[in-house]
Amino acid sequence: MWKSLHIDPKKCTGCLQCEMACSVEHTGVINPSKSRIKVFSFETEGRKVPYTCTQCTEAWCLNACPVDAIRIDAATGAKQVHDDVCVGCKVCTIACPFGTVNYNQDTGKVQKCDLCGGDPACATACPTGAITYVDADWTGLERMRAWAARANTAVSE
Amino acid sequence: MGWNRKVLRVNLTEGTCTDEPLNMQWADEYLGSRGLATKYLVAEIDPKVDPLSPENKLIMSTGPLTGTLASTGGRYTVVTKGPLTGAIACSNSGGFFGAEMKFAGWDMIIFEGRSPKPVYLYVENDKAQLIDASDLWGKSCWETEEAIKHHHQDPLVRVSSIGLAGENQVLFACIVNDLHRAAGRSGVGAVMGSKNLKAVALRGTQGVSGIKDMKAFMKITAEKKKVLADNAVTGQGLPKFGTQVLMNVINEMGALPTRNHKDVQFEDAGKISAEAMHEKRPTDGKTHLVTNAACFGCTIACGRISEIDKGHFTVVNNPKYWGASGGLEYEAAWALGAANGVGDLEALQYANLLCNEQGMDPISFGATIGAVMELYEMGVLTKEQIGIEAEFGSAEALARLTEMTARGEGFGKEIGQGSRRLCTKYGHPELSMTVKGQEFPAYDARGIQGMGLTYATSNRGACHLRSYTVASEVLGIPVKTDPLTTEGKPELVKAFQDATAVFDAAGICVFTSFAWTLADVQPQIEAACEGDWSMDKLNAMGERIWNMERLFNNAAGLTRKDDDLPPRLKTEAAKVGPAKGLVSGIDKMLPEYYSIRGWTEEGVPTEATLARLGL
Repeated sequence: MWKSLHIDPKKCTGCLQCEMACSVEHTGVINPSKSRIKVFSFETEGRKVPYTCTQCTEAWCLNACPVDAIRIDAATGAKQVHDDVCVGCKVCTIACPFGTVNYNQDTGKVQKCDLCGGDPACATACPTGAITYVDADWTGLERMRAWAARANTAVSE
Repeated sequence: MGWNRKVLRVNLTEGTCTDEPLNMQWADEYLGSRGLATKYLVAEIDPKVDPLSPENKLIMSTGPLTGTLASTGGRYTVVTKGPLTGAIACSNSGGFFGAEMKFAGWDMIIFEGRSPKPVYLYVENDKAQLIDASDLWGKSCWETEEAIKHHHQDPLVRVSSIGLAGENQVLFACIVNDLHRAAGRSGVGAVMGSKNLKAVALRGTQGVSGIKDMKAFMKITAEKKKVLADNAVTGQGLPKFGTQVLMNVINEMGALPTRNHKDVQFEDAGKISAEAMHEKRPTDGKTHLVTNAACFGCTIACGRISEIDKGHFTVVNNPKYWGASGGLEYEAAWALGAANGVGDLEALQYANLLCNEQGMDPISFGATIGAVMELYEMGVLTKEQIGIEAEFGSAEALARLTEMTARGEGFGKEIGQGSRRLCTKYGHPELSMTVKGQEFPAYDARGIQGMGLTYATSNRGACHLRSYTVASEVLGIPVKTDPLTTEGKPELVKAFQDATAVFDAAGICVFTSFAWTLADVQPQIEAACEGDWSMDKLNAMGERIWNMERLFNNAAGLTRKDDDLPPRLKTEAAKVGPAKGLVSGIDKMLPEYYSIRGWTEEGVPTEATLARLGL
């Protein structure tokens, strides 16, 4: 069963624990500038929004890559960049409609969310439940449950 | 090691930026941030120096846990000699600036001298340069941050700056970072202004790589985050209500200083409380509070983000204040509100926004307004002198005086000198609610006795963040003590002072101490830093930091008489509430405190004490 990262911006406080955890997982260094998830702050609205790859099924990045460096991880469904193949041409960064594949100057390759092999560090680190890792078919389950809870189930006379 | 082992030294007179290795022996003895920066300052300046002269230095410092996954590990400290007090000034701030300093590869920035013209420091990883800031001089903190980001075409730059208050050397000017976080107290912004330093802009992409044992660090910091989440104060009270959760609690205790400490309860406390911030306004149907917000790495998220009522008289013609922004926190709500008898939440937020925009400490500012209003009601100050009517409770007066002080207009210039200088000038020094020239925060020393001793002995002048005995006396953390008695308070204050110094030196927020003791911090330091970090060592370090600050103050000319409270708190009893009939027992507590500290009757650390602490 594949799972998806599910983001609820309302719960985000902007603490950047997710960015730190992502960078430690992938680089061994606490370095938000190398995180594959980014939290955006819209100051005058008081909104904070974490944003990362949604792992499209028909992935633009994967289709655009001229050297087949982006492949599907069968276990998680993640579209994974294979560093040994990637030539750093950045075509995928142009192809991605969401901007969630990015070039990394340190490595000369592109980087994107790989779901940490099925145990995303960002979701584990998030203190408020703004980032969760849920059944890919049921990303709306919590919202459905909230609406369901409001249903009137009293027996009608 | 949690340190980058690198110090940036900026000589503003010469216009040079040089790097030097961090003194690792000092890091071992003083850890970082407040402790280590103070060590550098006392080693490098004459304690008798004029705080606003080029001979004073200003240090911005991180701790070893700053920029890490340790919860609240985003803090940085500004240390200098303070112009408001003539004592050590040490103000820390959250937001994102401190972490960025670590990511750029530095532990600390030392500013010395005075630039011949306005400049700002721009640091991009290893590269540091001073850039002409003539076009930024005269701009607010908000405008400055925006202009710098625009100039470098980089929205990810983190900026600390001074506004008009710092430029004008308002003695309680602060340094504002990330729009609404501030190194708030003791006038550190005035020192920055005296150096013609408008801002510090940082961009770091190197990260923190030197954690001693990353695996152990990830594990222990995750465990300790859970402790914060499971605690009623840090897990529920602070995220939901912010520090404002205290307004009604402290008021009911009869410990909410009101109208320049004439009263201990405020009849309109409910209107300016956390609960009020959650209520829908009748005017526009919206709540004042929009959301809570976290500083870097913080899993508590006590920060308040609010939206002012667009129809309120203070902003109705000024759309730039209509967006969501920081505030109100408890201290600001008290100082701008209860201290002046003003119960208009929107007016308080307006004053608070101006404090953030132009870089003023709302505590000292608000408390000074309290003194002005009392002098006005006594007839000592007149409408002609002030420029407006200024009776207690006037939201109009609060709003106008904030504008005047922030912009250095008219009587605002005198308010900008703080309440001690102002009250002395007009013949009533006894009405200045200060210690060492710094205004009290939001707890009355008659209703919470430990706070009286806290204020009297705080090394940076009256302050709640040096030993927050409210935790024990009100909330029962770590043990409940009776707020109305002086018994046991000298020991309590000393224990809080020493432990707090270590929290500050580590680079984390003191609010974690609602849930964490030093024993929770110790393993996080241990996993991050090379060397031995036993509890014994940390306890001794806290005491060492405290005594080092004290020695600086003594050498600066402060004596036992500066460890005192205004006569009002010692002679005018609380009129109502649980503390009715009580005055502060400071005169009883102080000698006992000196003795426990290992100080002489004059408040000077003895040779034996200094030897024991390695000072």
